[in-house]
Amino acid sequence: MTAYIIRRALYAIPILIGVNIFTFLLFFIVNTPDDMARMHLGLKRVTPEAVAKWKQERGYDKPVAFNAAAPGLTDKLTQTIFFEKSVRMFALDFGAADDGRNIAREIKTRMWPSLAVALPVFVVGLAVYITFALLVAFFRATYIDFWGVVLCVAMMSISAMFYIIGGQYLISKLWHLVPISGFQGGLDAGKFLVLPVAIGVVSGLGGAARLYRTFFLEEISKDYVRTARAKGLSEGTVLFRHVLKNAMIPILTGAVVAIPLLFMGSLITESFFGIPGLGSYTIDAIRSQDFGVVRSMVFIGSVLYIVGLLLTDISYTLVDPRVRFE
Amino acid sequence: MPITLVMLSTDWLVWLLVAAIVGFAFYVRRREHLVEPWRRVLRSRSGMVSLLVLAVFVIVGLLDSVHFRQRLAGQPAGAKTAYAVDVLSLLDVVCEPLRQRREKTYSAPFATELYAKETMELADGRQAREYPRLKHGGAHLKDPPSEFTRDVSRRALGGAAGGVIAWLLVAALVSALLAHRHTLRVSETWRRIWRGRMEVPWGAILLTLLVLFMVGGVVFALSAKYHIFGTDKVGNDVFYQALKSVRTGLVIGTLTTLIMLPFAIALGIMAGYFGGWLDDVIQYIYTTLNSIPGVLLIAAAVLMVQVYIDKRIAANPELLATTAERADLRLLLLCVILGVMTWTGLCRLLRGETLKLKSLEYIQAAQALGVRSLGIVTRHILPNVTHIVLITVVMEFSGLVLAEAVLSYVGVGVDPSMISFGTMINNARLEMAREPMVWWSLAAAFVFMFMMVLAANLFADAVRDAFDPRVRIARAPAGLAPAKA
Repeated sequence: MTAYIIRRALYAIPILIGVNIFTFLLFFIVNTPDDMARMHLGLKRVTPEAVAKWKQERGYDKPVAFNAAAPGLTDKLTQTIFFEKSVRMFALDFGAADDGRNIAREIKTRMWPSLAVALPVFVVGLAVYITFALLVAFFRATYIDFWGVVLCVAMMSISAMFYIIGGQYLISKLWHLVPISGFQGGLDAGKFLVLPVAIGVVSGLGGAARLYRTFFLEEISKDYVRTARAKGLSEGTVLFRHVLKNAMIPILTGAVVAIPLLFMGSLITESFFGIPGLGSYTIDAIRSQDFGVVRSMVFIGSVLYIVGLLLTDISYTLVDPRVRFE
Repeated sequence: MPITLVMLSTDWLVWLLVAAIVGFAFYVRRREHLVEPWRRVLRSRSGMVSLLVLAVFVIVGLLDSVHFRQRLAGQPAGAKTAYAVDVLSLLDVVCEPLRQRREKTYSAPFATELYAKETMELADGRQAREYPRLKHGGAHLKDPPSEFTRDVSRRALGGAAGGVIAWLLVAALVSALLAHRHTLRVSETWRRIWRGRMEVPWGAILLTLLVLFMVGGVVFALSAKYHIFGTDKVGNDVFYQALKSVRTGLVIGTLTTLIMLPFAIALGIMAGYFGGWLDDVIQYIYTTLNSIPGVLLIAAAVLMVQVYIDKRIAANPELLATTAERADLRLLLLCVILGVMTWTGLCRLLRGETLKLKSLEYIQAAQALGVRSLGIVTRHILPNVTHIVLITVVMEFSGLVLAEAVLSYVGVGVDPSMISFGTMINNARLEMAREPMVWWSLAAAFVFMFMMVLAANLFADAVRDAFDPRVRIARAPAGLAPAKA
């Protein structure tokens, strides 16, 4: 088991290097730092001095990948944009944002509000979706099933933004139940979190419940279910004792990959509700074209996704005894 | 009117896609085994209903994909012809009144007055704060409060009646054609249609057409004299904006997959068929791309593309003469970026399926008979993975339309000057905070987007059910089947 996990972890390394090189190419080769400087400073009235200053402030004035001017081989390789901006990300050193703040420290403080929204959405969501899907599967081939699926498809067809706008309008503006947006630490966080969490759960219901329903139906058509029925078990026992457990395998392993990404939060939820998490950090960076922050978030997102894949592999072996590690 | 045709880059691709679909249809028509799954789609009630609704959107989108520029009036003879900077489309011509009738600022749906009070001079010289009448919306009414209800209901009824008459003509034509085809009497055909005794659900199709015709008639009759979805901040008709958004949504939903398809198919089949180091490399590429969270990768790529476009324009201002062309280039590049994001899923599916097919006897037989790899791939593997390609393309459409809205909100979607559902929602979001609230832009975007995505989802389900052999076999009796499994 340990050997298996280590091997899977080693597989992740080339992928991380690939992501790193890819983002480097995207951010520094497709457009040179000069282009970015001109874009930031305004295209027309820009002097070479201003460009040079902009580059120097951000450390973009070094050679791209090989510094021939530096003394010694180590310095030749490290005194470059590629090393300073890309390779150092492996050590979780992301440098400073355009406003001068340290990106790594910013990420450390901002990931908790993100998690405070994303984790409840994940847990409550999973419970609600499974319950709903199981209910629909229990009443399969009846009107309840039919209209349940229709409801799912209709809910899938609504953009997540409409859920947020509608929820904010109805709950906060019309009924004044909770604040429309904002965030506070500690116990007060509750009243700010209720609405985003509820909306997060509702907006995901259609797609997830429909997917889980197919998992349940697939299990129901298997032979062991027929055996269980032939033994004289009631439909409820069959569903809860046998089908649910087996259908949990694809559900859980599909959900595990998303767990590390919960730290990243959701872009639109956080932006609409004014939650100072990583999602709103990213969206602000995109809007103010802060390339350093966007690049760091791309890298962190990939790292977390790869960790998620690793967790998926491990959870497969844990929940499904048929899967063996070679 | 002298005009010059402007083919935007997405226009080329849209018409290429249309040509490809027509060509594919002709190819399929002559091959019984390919026609069979499409028959199942034809027999599916929800599939046909959603297809009709989608067809309305497609017609609007295609009308909006023929662009031209008008010649400026009042030019001296012999001078070099100059054309207007606005790029218009056929849809703009059809909706000329909608486009032209601009109000001063916000007005509610069906309003005859502006949404904000203005200081006006009364007849006797005094000044008062009043709601001014609109320049166009309901301008034909002398005294709106007393005439409004009667006028609207009269027009709506007229429009609905027109729709019913048009529908009766279509229905008569359809039943006559069906009667001719099945050599039945027309009255008998008519009875069979409504009792659901035809192979194709003509009853549902005609009913949908009736609804579409009636809604179309009512909308047509009312939008001629009113702003049925109100006007936005600068007084543009919101209904017109919603119509223009349709093309953007369709382009993103279809061209993205069209662009990524060749790569996904070629790489997926190559990885599966040849295996070895090629397989490793391709798998490595798509795992790497896949591990970057979607929105972030798109955001990063769009930021970079924007820098690139600005650089090119700054270097050569003649390159993209009109805003429309500039916005269109960005739309195309957005499709490419989304394509890079989405090809990995299909590529993986095709690789797996090819691996499975490769071990089957008929492929081994072909190999033993000395058929070359290229021949095996194109003649034996490609036709057997087409259903996967088709299902993915149809399933991906609605997700892409929804993604456009989110991306435009984040600021990495279409060009802000291009009308799309995303830009409509983005602009309307700030209006929600106004008191009293301006809700109609959102409502229009919601209605149009919901209809389009819902129809696409239902159609995708019908196509998947018809093509996916797994679904066909394992499918529990869904819908209204009487017996419990």
